[in-house]
Amino acid sequence: MANAPQVISANSFVLPKRPNPVLSFVRQQPMGAVSFIVIAIMMFAGLFPQLVAPYDPLSINFSSILAAPSWDHWLGTDAFGRDILSRIIYGSRTALVIGFASSLMGSTIGAVLGIASAYFGGRVDNWIQRFVDILLAFPIIVLALVVVAALRKTVVYGVDVNLVIAIAIPIVPRVARVVRAAALSVNVMPYIDAARAAGYSDMRIIFRHMAPNVVAPFLIMFTAFIAQAILLEASLSFLGLGVTEPTAAWGLMLSGNAADFFREAPWMIIFPGVAISLAVFAFNLFGDSLRDYLDPRFKT
Amino acid sequence: MLLYTLKRLLLTIPTLIGVAVLVFFMLRVVPGDIVEIKLRGDGGNVTQEVVDQERKRLGLDRPLIVQFGDYMWGLARGDLGVSMWTERPVIEEILIRLELSLEVAILATIFATLISIPLGTAAALFRNTWIDYVVRIITIGGLSIPSFWFGMIIMLTLLALFNWLPPITFTPIYEDPVANLSQLIWPALAVGYRYCAVTARMIRSSLLEVLAEDYIRTARAKGVYEKLVVSRHALRNALLPAITVMGLEFAFLIGGLVVTEQVFNLNGIGQLFVQSVSRNDFMLIQGMVIIIACFYVVINLAVDLLYAVFDPRIRYGN
Repeated sequence: MANAPQVISANSFVLPKRPNPVLSFVRQQPMGAVSFIVIAIMMFAGLFPQLVAPYDPLSINFSSILAAPSWDHWLGTDAFGRDILSRIIYGSRTALVIGFASSLMGSTIGAVLGIASAYFGGRVDNWIQRFVDILLAFPIIVLALVVVAALRKTVVYGVDVNLVIAIAIPIVPRVARVVRAAALSVNVMPYIDAARAAGYSDMRIIFRHMAPNVVAPFLIMFTAFIAQAILLEASLSFLGLGVTEPTAAWGLMLSGNAADFFREAPWMIIFPGVAISLAVFAFNLFGDSLRDYLDPRFKT
Repeated sequence: MLLYTLKRLLLTIPTLIGVAVLVFFMLRVVPGDIVEIKLRGDGGNVTQEVVDQERKRLGLDRPLIVQFGDYMWGLARGDLGVSMWTERPVIEEILIRLELSLEVAILATIFATLISIPLGTAAALFRNTWIDYVVRIITIGGLSIPSFWFGMIIMLTLLALFNWLPPITFTPIYEDPVANLSQLIWPALAVGYRYCAVTARMIRSSLLEVLAEDYIRTARAKGVYEKLVVSRHALRNALLPAITVMGLEFAFLIGGLVVTEQVFNLNGIGQLFVQSVSRNDFMLIQGMVIIIACFYVVINLAVDLLYAVFDPRIRYGN
């Protein structure tokens, strides 16, 4: 009885459960999870501003000009009597649309250039890298301003496409650099050799075999540059060269006459800036946590 | 070393030519030029004839390739051309504003260095404690808070606390240092915060890397005081990558200045750049971009050479 052979059924070989990636992210990166909640709230406000905003962001009300924060206007009103909270809520749509669109555009083009550079090597690599060098010699905002000067405004579905391009272009060389480095190490993997030996086309190898393996750096750069793009959009709008009136945009709320009301209406300056900082902070922190989570070299 | 320096200097030439070519053609992809804004910008009713005449006077009616050749020939002789708006030489427009912007940049660097080294070191030494988290929040704040808004908040605070705002006329530092600093220290703080954050993050991560090295363990095993281990053995080596970041960020401070000068109403390089963009002053834009790119390339080179000075393991040219 004591030595009865133990019957091992096939069922007792239960493979360890794969950890839920979302749960393990939350456990390892609590700050990242908190920042994601902030981002989610912002996205909700940006998607359904009419549900959240107490007023129409464009409605001018001359009876409540420069009103201080109160129960009627939680964050006060501006020089046209427009509700600042509502303008901030609608402004999150502008920030998110332009931030996402330009970061996606810039990171994607950058990633394709980076992978192509690593995959083809030699002369192609050399040319792409010289081009990247040239673009890197411009400070981000200077390059964006040059593009703004070159393209002017073209509005499609309420989004200034040229503004998106202007913000995307400075992102391209920075992503290309990082993705190329990652792709170089993928390029020497045996499965790439195998794919080449199997006679697959360059396009197929690049998109089916290399691209999925550089997704981690791509995602990290993509989220980090959403933050940069939002900041850049705010700066350009502040300078009067980005989003223009009457659209609600955070940078625009700080520009022009906002500074004239320093003494009378400091809330006009404080709250839009808090919105920009909070949004960029959340994306930066999320990008940081994502990097720590995805990149094993940074794991503690 | 000398040979290496020369080689590197020669290699910067293609990059700079690329910058010049790129800027020239980028600005001219889309029709519409300074003449439109200059004559019709405020809704003035100007006949096409006058516009054409002005275009001719500025040489904008010539074929693009001729304009390009002219421009590059000028560059080769170190001539950046003439501003299309004020019609003064580009280099002159830049030089009269350089002093102010350079001073703000230097003040910002001093501020960033003084704050970022202790901040980054503390974060690395007390990794994953509350100190590290606080530093992390401060530094990510530096990357997130727009410098122009930070500048506005500084002004609001000054106004609330002292009912005082910084003067708006520029006094050179050698004439009246107090007046000069009381004007420029605030924009320097505003752009310096980001600078400080970037550097502190770099110091933290490179110090963490160095602290894991064998020679740190050796030093500790020898019984070297922890203070000396950190200051002499670790920090010295960890500062190398930080120097790179500081150099590159210094070249890029112009980016922060572009917006911040607007807030403090400073007539510097940044404001000139914004002005020339909104006026479509192509010559001035080109000139400034090329100078900024030169600056960047030179600083990049200087940083690489400094590496060899600071780190005996690095030798160039063999």
